[in-house]
Amino acid sequence: MGFRDRINAWARRIPTWVIYLVGALPAPWLFYLGATGGLGVEPVKALEHEYGELALQLLIAGLCVTPLRRQFGINLVKFRRALGLLAFSYVTMHLLVWAVLDVQALDRVWADIVKRPYITIGMSAFVLMVPLAATSNNWSVRRLGPRWRQLHRLTYAVVLLGAVHFIWLRKGWQVEPLVYLVVIVALLALRMRGAFRTRVA
Amino acid sequence: LGLAGIAGSAHAATDEPNSWEEITRYNNFYEFGTGKDDPAKYADAMTIDPWSVRIDGMVDRPGDYAFDDIMAKMTVEERIYRFRCVEAWSMVIPWNGFELADLLNLAGVKSGAKYVAFETYLNKDEMRGTRFPVLDWPYVEGLRLDEAMHPLAIMATGIYGRDIPKQNGAPLRLVVPWKYGFKSIKSVVRITLTDREPPTSWNKANAREYGFYSNVNPEVDHPRWSQASERRIGGGLFAKNIPTRMFNGYADDVAGLYDGMDLRKFF
Repeated sequence: MGFRDRINAWARRIPTWVIYLVGALPAPWLFYLGATGGLGVEPVKALEHEYGELALQLLIAGLCVTPLRRQFGINLVKFRRALGLLAFSYVTMHLLVWAVLDVQALDRVWADIVKRPYITIGMSAFVLMVPLAATSNNWSVRRLGPRWRQLHRLTYAVVLLGAVHFIWLRKGWQVEPLVYLVVIVALLALRMRGAFRTRVA
Repeated sequence: LGLAGIAGSAHAATDEPNSWEEITRYNNFYEFGTGKDDPAKYADAMTIDPWSVRIDGMVDRPGDYAFDDIMAKMTVEERIYRFRCVEAWSMVIPWNGFELADLLNLAGVKSGAKYVAFETYLNKDEMRGTRFPVLDWPYVEGLRLDEAMHPLAIMATGIYGRDIPKQNGAPLRLVVPWKYGFKSIKSVVRITLTDREPPTSWNKANAREYGFYSNVNPEVDHPRWSQASERRIGGGLFAKNIPTRMFNGYADDVAGLYDGMDLRKFF
Protein backbone atom coordinates (compact mmCIF):
# COMPACT_ATOMS: atom_id res chain seq x y z
CA MET A 1 0.00 0.00 0.00
CA GLY A 2 1.50 3.35 -1.07
CA PHE A 3 1.95 6.46 1.00
CA ARG A 4 -1.15 8.11 -0.47
CA ASP A 5 -3.38 5.09 0.20
CA ARG A 6 -2.09 4.82 3.73
CA ILE A 7 -2.89 8.50 4.40
CA ASN A 8 -6.34 8.11 2.86
CA ALA A 9 -7.03 4.97 4.89
CA TRP A 10 -5.88 6.76 8.04
CA ALA A 11 -8.05 9.79 7.21
CA ARG A 12 -11.10 7.50 6.77
CA ARG A 13 -10.54 5.98 10.19
CA ILE A 14 -10.06 9.21 12.13
CA PRO A 15 -13.38 10.71 13.20
CA THR A 16 -13.61 14.50 12.73
CA TRP A 17 -14.22 15.10 16.45
CA VAL A 18 -10.58 14.15 16.97
CA ILE A 19 -9.54 17.14 14.83
CA TYR A 20 -11.89 19.44 16.76
CA LEU A 21 -10.47 18.19 20.05
CA VAL A 22 -6.79 18.34 19.09
CA GLY A 23 -7.29 21.70 17.40
CA ALA A 24 -9.09 23.17 20.40
CA LEU A 25 -6.56 22.05 23.02
CA PRO A 26 -3.96 24.81 22.41
CA ALA A 27 -6.52 27.49 23.34
CA PRO A 28 -6.87 26.73 27.06
CA TRP A 29 -3.28 25.51 27.25
CA LEU A 30 -1.89 28.82 25.91
CA PHE A 31 -4.21 30.77 28.19
CA TYR A 32 -2.96 28.77 31.16
CA LEU A 33 0.65 29.40 30.11
CA GLY A 34 -0.04 33.11 29.75
CA ALA A 35 -1.62 33.32 33.19
CA THR A 36 1.23 31.44 34.87
CA GLY A 37 4.28 33.05 33.26
CA GLY A 38 4.84 30.43 30.56
CA LEU A 39 4.55 32.96 27.72
CA GLY A 40 7.26 35.29 28.97
CA VAL A 41 7.09 38.62 30.75
CA GLU A 42 4.53 40.20 28.37
CA PRO A 43 1.82 37.53 28.16
CA VAL A 44 -0.95 39.71 26.67
CA LYS A 45 0.79 40.33 23.33
CA ALA A 46 2.17 36.80 23.36
CA LEU A 47 -1.29 35.24 23.77
CA GLU A 48 -2.81 37.61 21.22
CA HIS A 49 -0.15 36.66 18.68
CA GLU A 50 -0.32 32.93 19.42
CA TYR A 51 -4.09 32.86 18.79
CA GLY A 52 -3.76 35.01 15.66
CA GLU A 53 -0.98 32.92 14.20
CA LEU A 54 -2.79 29.66 14.93
CA ALA A 55 -5.84 31.03 13.13
CA LEU A 56 -3.71 31.86 10.10
CA GLN A 57 -2.08 28.42 10.18
CA LEU A 58 -5.48 26.71 10.34
CA LEU A 59 -6.72 28.79 7.40
CA ILE A 60 -3.63 27.77 5.44
CA ALA A 61 -4.21 24.12 6.38
CA GLY A 62 -7.74 24.51 5.00
CA LEU A 63 -6.32 25.92 1.76
CA CYS A 64 -4.07 22.86 1.41
CA VAL A 65 -6.98 20.41 1.24
CA THR A 66 -7.92 20.95 -2.39
CA PRO A 67 -4.38 21.02 -3.87
CA LEU A 68 -3.50 17.87 -1.88
CA ARG A 69 -6.44 16.08 -3.45
CA ARG A 70 -5.89 17.39 -6.96
CA GLN A 71 -2.10 17.02 -7.10
CA PHE A 72 -1.49 14.00 -4.89
CA GLY A 73 -4.83 12.23 -4.56
CA ILE A 74 -4.80 12.71 -0.80
CA ASN A 75 -8.37 13.18 0.41
CA LEU A 76 -8.75 15.19 3.61
CA VAL A 77 -11.95 16.96 2.61
CA LYS A 78 -13.86 15.60 5.60
CA PHE A 79 -11.61 17.64 7.92
CA ARG A 80 -11.96 20.95 6.12
CA ARG A 81 -14.99 22.19 8.03
CA ALA A 82 -13.24 21.47 11.32
CA LEU A 83 -10.18 23.42 10.16
CA GLY A 84 -12.32 26.39 9.13
CA LEU A 85 -14.39 26.46 12.31
CA LEU A 86 -11.28 26.13 14.46
CA ALA A 87 -9.68 29.01 12.53
CA PHE A 88 -12.78 31.11 13.19
CA SER A 89 -12.64 30.24 16.89
CA TYR A 90 -9.00 31.27 17.13
CA VAL A 91 -9.63 34.54 15.28
CA THR A 92 -12.46 35.23 17.75
CA MET A 93 -10.17 34.54 20.71
CA HIS A 94 -7.45 36.68 19.11
CA LEU A 95 -9.95 39.52 18.82
CA LEU A 96 -11.17 39.08 22.40
CA VAL A 97 -7.66 39.06 23.88
CA TRP A 98 -6.86 42.20 21.89
CA ALA A 99 -10.03 44.04 22.93
CA VAL A 100 -10.36 42.92 26.55
CA LEU A 101 -6.80 42.32 27.78
CA ASP A 102 -4.77 44.53 25.44
CA VAL A 103 -6.75 47.68 24.55
CA GLN A 104 -9.05 47.43 27.62
CA ALA A 105 -11.48 50.15 26.53
CA LEU A 106 -14.43 49.77 24.14
CA ASP A 107 -14.21 53.31 22.76
CA ARG A 108 -10.55 52.77 21.92
CA VAL A 109 -11.29 49.38 20.35
CA TRP A 110 -13.74 51.11 18.03
CA ALA A 111 -11.33 54.02 17.39
CA ASP A 112 -8.58 51.56 16.45
CA ILE A 113 -10.85 49.62 14.08
CA VAL A 114 -11.84 52.80 12.26
CA LYS A 115 -8.53 54.60 12.37
CA ARG A 116 -5.76 52.05 11.96
CA PRO A 117 -5.64 50.31 8.59
CA TYR A 118 -4.02 47.09 9.76
CA ILE A 119 -6.72 46.67 12.38
CA THR A 120 -9.43 47.60 9.85
CA ILE A 121 -8.04 44.86 7.61
CA GLY A 122 -7.94 42.30 10.41
CA MET A 123 -11.46 43.22 11.43
CA SER A 124 -12.76 42.87 7.85
CA ALA A 125 -11.25 39.40 7.70
CA PHE A 126 -13.12 38.52 10.90
CA VAL A 127 -16.41 39.97 9.60
CA LEU A 128 -16.07 38.02 6.34
CA MET A 129 -15.57 34.84 8.35
CA VAL A 130 -18.86 35.22 10.23
CA PRO A 131 -21.13 34.10 7.35
CA LEU A 132 -18.67 31.32 6.55
CA ALA A 133 -18.77 30.00 10.10
CA ALA A 134 -22.56 30.43 10.24
CA THR A 135 -23.03 28.32 7.09
CA SER A 136 -20.55 25.61 8.07
CA ASN A 137 -23.26 23.01 8.67
CA ASN A 138 -24.97 20.39 6.51
CA TRP A 139 -28.29 22.18 6.56
CA SER A 140 -26.75 25.35 5.04
CA VAL A 141 -24.85 23.35 2.43
CA ARG A 142 -28.09 21.71 1.29
CA ARG A 143 -30.11 24.89 1.44
CA LEU A 144 -27.62 27.14 -0.37
CA GLY A 145 -26.69 24.55 -3.01
CA PRO A 146 -24.20 25.92 -5.57
CA ARG A 147 -24.27 29.32 -3.86
CA TRP A 148 -22.60 27.72 -0.84
CA ARG A 149 -19.42 27.10 -2.83
CA GLN A 150 -19.47 30.66 -4.17
CA LEU A 151 -19.93 32.06 -0.68
CA HIS A 152 -17.08 30.02 0.72
CA ARG A 153 -14.66 31.39 -1.85
CA LEU A 154 -14.57 34.33 0.58
CA THR A 155 -11.97 32.23 2.39
CA TYR A 156 -9.41 33.36 -0.19
CA ALA A 157 -10.03 37.00 0.67
CA VAL A 158 -10.01 36.19 4.39
CA VAL A 159 -6.64 34.47 4.31
CA LEU A 160 -5.04 37.20 2.17
CA LEU A 161 -6.37 39.90 4.50
CA GLY A 162 -5.01 37.91 7.43
CA ALA A 163 -1.54 37.79 5.87
CA VAL A 164 -1.53 41.52 5.11
CA HIS A 165 -2.71 42.25 8.67
CA PHE A 166 0.21 40.18 9.99
CA ILE A 167 2.82 41.90 7.79
CA TRP A 168 1.48 45.35 8.62
CA LEU A 169 1.43 44.97 12.41
CA ARG A 170 5.15 44.23 12.59
CA LYS A 171 7.75 46.97 12.64
CA GLY A 172 9.68 47.04 9.40
CA TRP A 173 9.58 44.31 6.74
CA GLN A 174 9.95 41.19 8.81
CA VAL A 175 10.63 37.77 7.39
CA GLU A 176 8.07 35.58 9.17
CA PRO A 177 4.86 37.28 8.00
CA LEU A 178 6.26 37.56 4.48
CA VAL A 179 6.82 33.78 4.44
CA TYR A 180 3.14 33.33 5.33
CA LEU A 181 2.11 35.57 2.44
CA VAL A 182 4.31 33.69 -0.03
CA VAL A 183 2.85 30.34 1.07
CA ILE A 184 -0.70 31.68 0.80
CA VAL A 185 -0.17 33.22 -2.64
CA ALA A 186 1.45 29.96 -3.83
CA LEU A 187 -1.52 27.92 -2.57
CA LEU A 188 -4.01 30.26 -4.22
CA ALA A 189 -2.01 30.22 -7.47
CA LEU A 190 -2.02 26.41 -7.44
CA ARG A 191 -5.78 26.48 -7.07
CA MET A 192 -6.25 28.98 -9.87
CA ARG A 193 -4.07 26.90 -12.16
CA GLY A 194 -6.13 23.86 -11.20
CA ALA A 195 -9.37 25.68 -11.93
CA PHE A 196 -8.03 26.89 -15.26
CA ARG A 197 -7.01 23.38 -16.30
CA THR A 198 -10.39 21.97 -15.35
CA ARG A 199 -12.08 24.57 -17.49
CA VAL A 200 -9.80 23.90 -20.49
CA ALA A 201 -10.35 20.16 -20.15
CA LEU B 1 23.09 64.28 43.82
CA GLY B 2 20.51 66.94 43.15
CA LEU B 3 19.80 65.41 39.79
CA ALA B 4 19.33 61.94 41.16
CA GLY B 5 16.73 63.61 43.34
CA ILE B 6 14.95 65.11 40.34
CA ALA B 7 14.95 61.80 38.54
CA GLY B 8 13.71 60.07 41.66
CA SER B 9 10.93 62.53 42.44
CA ALA B 10 9.11 61.71 39.22
CA HIS B 11 8.53 58.13 40.34
CA ALA B 12 5.03 57.18 41.24
CA ALA B 13 4.26 54.39 43.65
CA THR B 14 3.85 52.01 40.72
CA ASP B 15 7.39 52.63 39.50
CA GLU B 16 8.99 49.66 41.19
CA PRO B 17 12.01 48.55 39.16
CA ASN B 18 11.43 45.54 36.95
CA SER B 19 13.24 42.32 37.76
CA TRP B 20 16.59 41.43 36.24
CA GLU B 21 14.82 38.60 34.42
CA GLU B 22 12.22 40.93 32.88
CA ILE B 23 14.80 43.51 31.84
CA THR B 24 17.16 40.99 30.25
CA ARG B 25 14.67 38.56 28.62
CA TYR B 26 12.40 40.97 26.75
CA ASN B 27 14.41 43.09 24.36
CA ASN B 28 14.36 44.74 20.99
CA PHE B 29 17.81 44.41 19.43
CA TYR B 30 16.96 43.62 15.81
CA GLU B 31 20.59 42.84 14.96
CA PHE B 32 19.94 39.54 16.77
CA GLY B 33 16.41 38.93 15.45
CA THR B 34 12.99 40.53 15.63
CA GLY B 35 11.59 38.26 18.38
CA LYS B 36 11.60 39.66 21.89
CA ASP B 37 13.59 36.65 23.14
CA ASP B 38 16.07 36.60 20.22
CA PRO B 39 18.56 39.06 21.78
CA ALA B 40 18.78 37.01 25.00
CA LYS B 41 19.28 33.87 22.89
CA TYR B 42 21.78 35.14 20.33
CA ALA B 43 23.56 38.26 21.59
CA ASP B 44 26.19 36.10 23.26
CA ALA B 45 27.96 35.86 19.88
CA MET B 46 28.86 39.57 20.01
CA THR B 47 32.50 40.41 20.82
CA ILE B 48 32.65 43.25 23.35
CA ASP B 49 36.21 42.94 24.56
CA PRO B 50 38.22 44.86 23.44
CA TRP B 51 35.82 47.74 22.83
CA SER B 52 36.42 51.30 21.84
CA VAL B 53 34.25 54.21 20.83
CA ARG B 54 35.33 56.42 17.96
CA ILE B 55 34.45 60.00 18.77
CA ASP B 56 34.86 62.24 15.74
CA GLY B 57 33.41 65.12 13.78
CA MET B 58 33.32 68.52 15.41
CA VAL B 59 35.38 67.71 18.50
CA ASP B 60 38.72 68.99 19.78
CA ARG B 61 40.17 65.55 20.47
CA PRO B 62 38.84 63.07 17.90
CA GLY B 63 39.97 59.47 18.15
CA ASP B 64 39.27 55.95 19.34
CA TYR B 65 38.52 55.93 23.03
CA ALA B 66 39.08 52.55 24.65
CA PHE B 67 36.20 51.45 26.88
CA ASP B 68 38.47 50.95 29.90
CA ASP B 69 40.00 54.41 29.48
CA ILE B 70 36.53 55.96 29.32
CA MET B 71 35.45 54.11 32.44
CA ALA B 72 38.57 55.28 34.31
CA LYS B 73 37.53 58.89 33.74
CA MET B 74 33.77 58.67 34.25
CA THR B 75 31.71 58.74 37.43
CA VAL B 76 29.26 55.87 37.38
CA GLU B 77 26.04 56.32 39.33
CA GLU B 78 22.68 54.59 39.55
CA ARG B 79 19.73 56.11 37.68
CA ILE B 80 16.34 54.48 38.02
CA TYR B 81 14.44 55.47 34.88
CA ARG B 82 11.16 54.60 33.30
CA PHE B 83 11.72 53.09 29.84
CA ARG B 84 8.86 53.52 27.35
CA CYS B 85 8.93 51.56 24.09
CA VAL B 86 7.16 52.95 21.02
CA GLU B 87 5.29 49.61 20.98
CA ALA B 88 3.45 50.81 24.11
CA TRP B 89 5.07 48.62 26.74
CA SER B 90 7.26 49.99 29.49
CA MET B 91 9.65 49.01 32.25
CA VAL B 92 11.46 50.66 35.13
CA ILE B 93 15.18 50.01 34.94
CA PRO B 94 17.92 50.72 37.50
CA TRP B 95 20.75 51.68 35.17
CA ASN B 96 24.35 52.28 36.13
CA GLY B 97 26.07 54.79 33.94
CA PHE B 98 27.56 58.22 33.46
CA GLU B 99 26.27 61.39 31.92
CA LEU B 100 26.66 61.57 28.16
CA ALA B 101 27.73 65.22 28.59
CA ASP B 102 30.82 64.06 30.50
CA LEU B 103 31.85 61.79 27.64
CA LEU B 104 31.27 64.52 25.06
CA ASN B 105 33.28 66.96 27.16
CA LEU B 106 36.08 64.41 27.32
CA ALA B 107 36.39 64.75 23.55
CA GLY B 108 35.70 68.49 23.65
CA VAL B 109 32.68 69.70 21.64
CA LYS B 110 33.52 72.42 19.12
CA SER B 111 31.38 75.53 19.11
CA GLY B 112 29.60 74.96 15.77
CA ALA B 113 28.34 71.47 16.65
CA LYS B 114 24.55 71.17 16.86
CA TYR B 115 23.81 67.44 16.76
CA VAL B 116 25.25 64.16 17.99
CA ALA B 117 25.12 61.04 15.79
CA PHE B 118 25.48 57.54 17.23
CA GLU B 119 26.23 54.22 15.59
CA THR B 120 25.81 50.63 16.81
CA TYR B 121 28.43 47.91 16.40
CA LEU B 122 27.96 45.82 13.29
CA ASN B 123 29.41 42.40 12.58
CA LYS B 124 27.32 40.27 10.25
CA ASP B 125 28.96 37.03 11.44
CA GLU B 126 28.05 37.74 15.04
CA MET B 127 24.66 39.33 14.49
CA ARG B 128 22.33 36.86 12.80
CA GLY B 129 19.50 39.38 12.45
CA THR B 130 21.55 41.54 10.08
CA ARG B 131 21.24 38.88 7.38
CA PHE B 132 17.81 40.32 6.71
CA PRO B 133 17.30 43.91 5.58
CA VAL B 134 14.74 44.70 8.30
CA LEU B 135 16.65 47.96 8.79
CA ASP B 136 19.54 49.60 6.98
CA TRP B 137 22.49 48.36 9.08
CA PRO B 138 24.35 49.61 11.05
CA TYR B 139 21.75 51.05 13.39
CA VAL B 140 22.16 54.81 13.74
CA GLU B 141 20.55 57.35 16.04
CA GLY B 142 20.89 61.01 16.85
CA LEU B 143 20.14 63.76 19.34
CA ARG B 144 20.21 67.50 19.21
CA LEU B 145 23.27 68.71 21.13
CA ASP B 146 21.24 70.31 23.93
CA GLU B 147 19.34 67.02 24.37
CA ALA B 148 22.61 65.11 24.47
CA MET B 149 24.07 67.50 27.04
CA HIS B 150 21.00 67.23 29.28
CA PRO B 151 21.91 65.68 32.63
CA LEU B 152 19.18 63.01 32.28
CA ALA B 153 20.84 61.60 29.13
CA ILE B 154 23.28 58.91 30.18
CA MET B 155 25.52 56.24 28.75
CA ALA B 156 24.58 53.08 30.64
CA THR B 157 27.17 50.43 31.40
CA GLY B 158 25.29 48.40 33.99
CA ILE B 159 21.94 47.27 35.37
CA TYR B 160 21.39 46.44 39.04
CA GLY B 161 25.10 47.06 39.63
CA ARG B 162 26.13 44.32 37.21
CA ASP B 163 27.75 44.77 33.79
CA ILE B 164 25.07 45.49 31.23
CA PRO B 165 24.21 42.23 29.42
CA LYS B 166 24.84 42.00 25.69
CA GLN B 167 21.14 41.84 24.85
CA ASN B 168 20.69 45.19 26.61
CA GLY B 169 23.47 46.86 24.63
CA ALA B 170 26.81 45.95 26.21
CA PRO B 171 29.27 47.38 26.93
CA LEU B 172 27.78 50.85 26.74
CA ARG B 173 24.54 52.28 25.39
CA LEU B 174 22.66 55.51 25.36
CA VAL B 175 19.64 56.00 27.65
CA VAL B 176 17.36 58.98 26.98
CA PRO B 177 14.44 58.35 29.33
CA TRP B 178 12.04 60.94 27.91
CA LYS B 179 12.16 59.46 24.39
CA TYR B 180 10.83 56.19 22.96
CA GLY B 181 13.20 53.32 23.61
CA PHE B 182 14.55 52.99 20.08
CA LYS B 183 16.33 56.36 20.51
CA SER B 184 18.43 54.79 23.28
CA ILE B 185 20.87 53.18 20.88
CA LYS B 186 22.73 50.08 22.03
CA SER B 187 26.36 48.89 21.85
CA VAL B 188 27.69 52.23 20.66
CA VAL B 189 30.91 52.22 18.61
CA ARG B 190 30.84 55.70 17.17
CA ILE B 191 29.76 59.16 18.25
CA THR B 192 29.98 61.98 15.72
CA LEU B 193 29.44 65.66 16.48
CA THR B 194 27.93 67.46 13.53
CA ASP B 195 26.11 70.64 12.51
CA ARG B 196 23.38 68.77 10.62
CA GLU B 197 20.49 66.63 11.80
CA PRO B 198 21.88 63.11 11.38
CA PRO B 199 19.91 60.24 9.81
CA THR B 200 18.23 57.85 12.25
CA SER B 201 17.43 54.21 11.46
CA TRP B 202 13.68 54.07 12.10
CA ASN B 203 13.14 57.42 10.46
CA LYS B 204 14.95 56.12 7.36
CA ALA B 205 12.81 52.97 7.41
CA ASN B 206 9.48 54.78 7.82
CA ALA B 207 9.57 58.56 8.11
CA ARG B 208 5.80 58.85 8.46
CA GLU B 209 5.82 56.77 11.63
CA TYR B 210 9.12 57.64 13.30
CA GLY B 211 10.34 61.21 13.65
CA PHE B 212 13.79 62.44 14.60
CA TYR B 213 12.67 63.62 18.04
CA SER B 214 10.46 60.68 19.08
CA ASN B 215 9.70 62.18 22.47
CA VAL B 216 7.22 60.16 24.51
CA ASN B 217 3.95 61.97 23.88
CA PRO B 218 0.52 60.50 24.76
CA GLU B 219 -1.19 63.10 22.56
CA VAL B 220 0.57 62.22 19.32
CA ASP B 221 -0.33 58.69 18.24
CA HIS B 222 1.90 56.43 16.26
CA PRO B 223 -0.06 55.94 13.01
CA ARG B 224 -0.64 52.28 13.82
CA TRP B 225 -1.32 52.40 17.51
CA SER B 226 -2.33 54.78 20.27
CA GLN B 227 0.35 56.15 22.57
CA ALA B 228 -2.17 57.22 25.22
CA SER B 229 -1.45 54.33 27.54
CA GLU B 230 1.14 51.66 28.12
CA ARG B 231 1.49 48.22 29.64
CA ARG B 232 4.05 47.93 32.38
CA ILE B 233 5.97 44.70 31.87
CA GLY B 234 5.57 42.24 34.72
CA GLY B 235 1.90 42.85 35.49
CA GLY B 236 0.80 39.55 33.98
CA LEU B 237 -2.15 38.68 31.79
CA PHE B 238 -4.75 40.79 33.60
CA ALA B 239 -2.76 43.94 34.43
CA LYS B 240 -4.47 47.24 33.81
CA ASN B 241 -2.79 49.58 31.34
CA ILE B 242 -1.39 52.77 32.80
CA PRO B 243 -1.70 56.23 31.24
CA THR B 244 1.41 57.40 29.39
CA ARG B 245 2.82 60.69 30.61
CA MET B 246 4.19 63.59 28.58
CA PHE B 247 7.93 63.14 28.07
CA ASN B 248 7.52 59.83 29.94
CA GLY B 249 7.02 61.75 33.18
CA TYR B 250 10.18 63.85 32.82
CA ALA B 251 8.42 66.97 31.51
CA ASP B 252 9.56 69.12 34.43
CA ASP B 253 13.15 68.41 33.46
CA VAL B 254 13.07 68.41 29.67
CA ALA B 255 9.99 70.27 28.37
CA GLY B 256 12.06 73.46 28.20
CA LEU B 257 14.21 71.91 25.48
CA TYR B 258 11.21 72.08 23.17
CA ASP B 259 9.77 75.49 24.00
CA GLY B 260 8.01 76.96 20.99
CA MET B 261 8.20 73.75 18.94
CA ASP B 262 5.08 72.16 17.45
CA LEU B 263 5.44 68.63 18.83
CA ARG B 264 2.91 67.29 16.33
CA LYS B 265 5.15 68.40 13.52
CA PHE B 266 8.42 67.53 15.23
CA PHE B 267 7.22 64.15 16.53
